[in-house]
Amino acid sequence: MHPALQALFVIVIGVGGCVFYFYASNIFLDKVLYPAKGPNAGRNTNRANMIRPWLFLFPALALLCLYLAYPVFATAWLSVFNRDGDFVGLGNYSAMFAEPKFVESLQNNILWLIVVPAAATAFGLLAAQLTDRIKWGNFAKSLIFMPMAISFVGASVIFKLIYDSRDANLSQIGLINAVWLKFDGGVGSFLMLRLVPFVLIGCLLLAIAWAGWSVLRPLVQGQGGGALLKAARVLGALVAAFLVYELAVWLYGIVTNELPYGQPQVWLQKPYWNNFFLMAVLVWIQTGFAMVILSAALRGVPEDTIEAATIDGANPFQIFFKIKVPQIMGTIVVVWTTITITVLKVFDIVLAMTNGQWETQVLANYMYDKLFRSLDWGMGSASAMIIMLLVTPILIWNVINARKEMR
Amino acid sequence: MDGIAGKKSGLVWAVHLSTIALVLLWVVPTFGLLVSSFRTGDQIVGSGWWQSLSTQVQQLAAVRIEGDEVQRDGVFVIEGQLYAAGTDVSAWGTSSREPEAYEPGAVADLGDGVTLTVGADGGFVLSSPTTMADLRMPRVFATASTPPEFTVDNYTNVISSPLAGQSIGQAFLNTMTVAIPATIIPILVAAFAAYALAWMDFPGRALLVAFVVGLLVVPLQLALIPLLQFHNWIGIGKGYLGIWMAHTGFGLPLAIYLLRNYMVGLPRDIIENAKVDGATDFQIFTKIILPLSFPALASFAIFQFLWTWNDLLVALVFLGTGNDQQVLTGNIVNLMGSRGGDWEILSASAFVSIAVPLAVFFSMQRFLVRGLLAGSVK
Repeated sequence: MHPALQALFVIVIGVGGCVFYFYASNIFLDKVLYPAKGPNAGRNTNRANMIRPWLFLFPALALLCLYLAYPVFATAWLSVFNRDGDFVGLGNYSAMFAEPKFVESLQNNILWLIVVPAAATAFGLLAAQLTDRIKWGNFAKSLIFMPMAISFVGASVIFKLIYDSRDANLSQIGLINAVWLKFDGGVGSFLMLRLVPFVLIGCLLLAIAWAGWSVLRPLVQGQGGGALLKAARVLGALVAAFLVYELAVWLYGIVTNELPYGQPQVWLQKPYWNNFFLMAVLVWIQTGFAMVILSAALRGVPEDTIEAATIDGANPFQIFFKIKVPQIMGTIVVVWTTITITVLKVFDIVLAMTNGQWETQVLANYMYDKLFRSLDWGMGSASAMIIMLLVTPILIWNVINARKEMR
Repeated sequence: MDGIAGKKSGLVWAVHLSTIALVLLWVVPTFGLLVSSFRTGDQIVGSGWWQSLSTQVQQLAAVRIEGDEVQRDGVFVIEGQLYAAGTDVSAWGTSSREPEAYEPGAVADLGDGVTLTVGADGGFVLSSPTTMADLRMPRVFATASTPPEFTVDNYTNVISSPLAGQSIGQAFLNTMTVAIPATIIPILVAAFAAYALAWMDFPGRALLVAFVVGLLVVPLQLALIPLLQFHNWIGIGKGYLGIWMAHTGFGLPLAIYLLRNYMVGLPRDIIENAKVDGATDFQIFTKIILPLSFPALASFAIFQFLWTWNDLLVALVFLGTGNDQQVLTGNIVNLMGSRGGDWEILSASAFVSIAVPLAVFFSMQRFLVRGLLAGSVK
């Protein structure tokens, strides 16, 4: 049978089957099992109403349990067996942590987890704030939002053309290399490649240092809430310290590095930096998402708070950072976590652009390698469990919030 | 207020300019690939797409002379045209070491009395005192300026001819086959469950909602091996049925969550009035809830369609690896591996796969935005 015909058949069977199931089971419940007439009409109606929710829920619950809940346990189970089916306990995990490629992908994933949500949220906030103030804002919004519809694979093709590199004697067809070759080490190069990045990254460093300090300050002053909050503060300060160190190294590099002017660069094969070129693809895709949600949140900021600030003489930057941003903090956190989950699962971009070569491996692609190239299901399942472990805090946080909302 | 407005105009300009910069930054990558997909392969490697409207001077690929010889005035002659019309040869040569040895119209001596002339228009004359039947034909290297050229041949080429196991046209149909049932089926299943979770009273309801919320973030990476085992065990193996089921399962948490959030917000009066009038839950659902929930249904449908259309991982795992079942994303990844430098093929293939989601996106953006807001802000 032709697949398209089969698809039509499945749609009809699937939809028809669903409708028939719901209809027939309701009829059966009302007319046969507990008919609402005769001597026990009242009791029957009550009983039928107790059962009915489960009739409605059954197909969805069955699919959810089978396709999402059961696999979590099955994968955990698989992860403690080796390739030959012998029980090895946590052997797969320890073998994995001893493997350089796994450590590399864990490190890269942490880098992704820090950079992508931060960059996408920041750009999204910037775009939301800018487009809300101008007439053609909606048009600009839908153009920035557009990459959302493009597949990760399509985006990879798009950016591979941008990063393309050819020999120095040929004309460059990649945008980045074409721009790069315009720099010759003169005044313009000093300005664009040393001074401007130095100032920008310097500002970023100061901002992160300040944020880290303001997280830590209550602790130093002997306050800081409960034990959990204290731990979170220390963690936040540690992340900030790490970032400050990393950025300081960058600053030093910007000042001292000899840049290979006039040489086309193979951007995707430069270890460490190529991670950022891959991340740019995801930031490009996710910014639209952040922008749409944050722009709705910004519009929800009560007008009178802004007016009050204006009357008190606040400038637009103060209004933005001191009035608007604090009020939409909840939404920023939601956007941040949503992008974090996407980042943890990022697979297509790395597979299509570098396939984990040149030190760009990430967890999801490492897992795919283990499962379907080395056919080592134990190790593959173990690395999948690591991804699950990283998602778990967000999962718990979501569930707690949902429970709060239900009450 | 005039003073303030005057001070502000500078800021307004800054806002406009930064927005333009931001929009350009976000649009240019896609635009570059789009332009490239309409250029010929030679033109793509000859100059960056941003120069596609200007005449380019470039070294053309070497061409080996071919043609039938004719005898004229006692010499054997092959005449013909080397390049497409409009090409303007500025220099040419017969070896790769000296590709610019001769002016157009100059005569090159190839030894044994064989001579070759290439004109500015690309016309050539190869002549020899003896027959050239056994002669190894010379190759011509030329530097030429070529006018801008745009074509749709890239698209007809990738759609019909199998370049990586199968044609993009076939992959397009396969993707359709995967995406459409995988979008429609979960909607109905989820809608009934969402109604029960929103409007029916039963013990454990709050727990079930939390369960669904928890499943929202479970990475589908975990599901791959257990489900593959399960599919093999029940005998459907790898194939369309399996991938429809998988996409349905993976899409359900979001579907239930979105629809429930929407249905909870529907006015209670309508539902209670219907109950008083003697409507059963089934009737309330089909006659009242479903029509009223159309916006939420539409936004989920768009999400699920974009997700299934753009998915690579689930297709790689649950669909056969045979060529006849490959989807667009899988096919393009293969092309990137095997034809990585052939941008005329890659760009056209990528655009075939991007076209449908983009059309859906631009025509139904309203629903998409609404769905996003319902899905994350709450």
